[in-house]
Amino acid sequence: MNNWYMLTLVGEDSPGIVAKVTTALFNKGLALGETSMIRLGGNFTIMMMVNSPEDVSSEDIDQVLGPVIDSLDLCMHLDPIEGHLHKHVVPNITVRVNGADKAGIVSSVTNALSETGFNILDLTSDVAGKDDNPVYIMMIEGYSDKSYEELQQAVDKAVMPDVDVTVSPVEMMVG
Amino acid sequence: MAILEILHLPDPKLKQISAPVEDFDDPQLQQFIDDLEETRQDGPAAVGIAAPQVGVFKRVVIVDCSNTRKPIPNHGHMILVNPEITKWDEFEMGREGCLSVPDYTGNVIRAKTIHLKAFDRHGNPVEYDMEDYEARAVQHEIDHLDGILFIDRVVSRRTDLFQRKVYQKGGKKN
Repeated sequence: MNNWYMLTLVGEDSPGIVAKVTTALFNKGLALGETSMIRLGGNFTIMMMVNSPEDVSSEDIDQVLGPVIDSLDLCMHLDPIEGHLHKHVVPNITVRVNGADKAGIVSSVTNALSETGFNILDLTSDVAGKDDNPVYIMMIEGYSDKSYEELQQAVDKAVMPDVDVTVSPVEMMVG
Repeated sequence: MAILEILHLPDPKLKQISAPVEDFDDPQLQQFIDDLEETRQDGPAAVGIAAPQVGVFKRVVIVDCSNTRKPIPNHGHMILVNPEITKWDEFEMGREGCLSVPDYTGNVIRAKTIHLKAFDRHGNPVEYDMEDYEARAVQHEIDHLDGILFIDRVVSRRTDLFQRKVYQKGGKKN
């Protein structure tokens, strides 16, 4: 039976990281599942679902990637996970947040959503604006049985007055 | 009536460009349109279907946005033959899925309003002004006629309309 792992890499960004890492994995007979790479604050981050043949252990993966990781000066983490072709949960709600950057925005919004049973499927946030006036921008996609009006009321009660939160439905079009 | 087999990615036939319908009196065309509609209604809740999705490379699409969860502006059930968008305005992002791409959805930027010219199933010319969801559905289906899938147009899930809609040249020179 094949084994699935979640491979996490973090470090200073430079061109060619993905190519070098995936080539090393491919040469060892490993296949990729879903992946997500993003630069956070200028740092390279990636999470990859990696599928290994039965005769390739996590130690083997460590060994294969070791020289590549060292040469790129990355930190690596490898965790065994459940992996299979899954049924995607389709988001039906989008939550957009923006406001003056200060501690507590994510906590207040996500707690208010969590109390309604909202399930976050995707969350990204960024800091924009100027050095003396940074702005926090966040986008959440998720699934809820509640109406978007109910969710809007829930977050409006919870967030600071100078934070704008807009809850809107995702109208999926299948054609 | 018959339920037709839907082509799924990565079938290369989905990339084929469809030919205009020329003979509206062809009984096979009328039968096919009935089968295409039955196929649309057979699977997951699809508001539209295009002929090439069942391997028939004719410029025929069906769109019906009259039965959405939340009512939206629509023109009811439409059989559109040789459809052509003659005007479009504004852009907006929306979530799309496709009968030919199971278990995947993505965000696509489409024109918000369109003017459409087409023929009905009997060859009578029709014209519509459409907006939002219905305009999106028609653009998605017409793309099929040109061998384009929504995954060819998907934007990163990190793209949002926080980003500036207008890209203006110029600005103060340093």
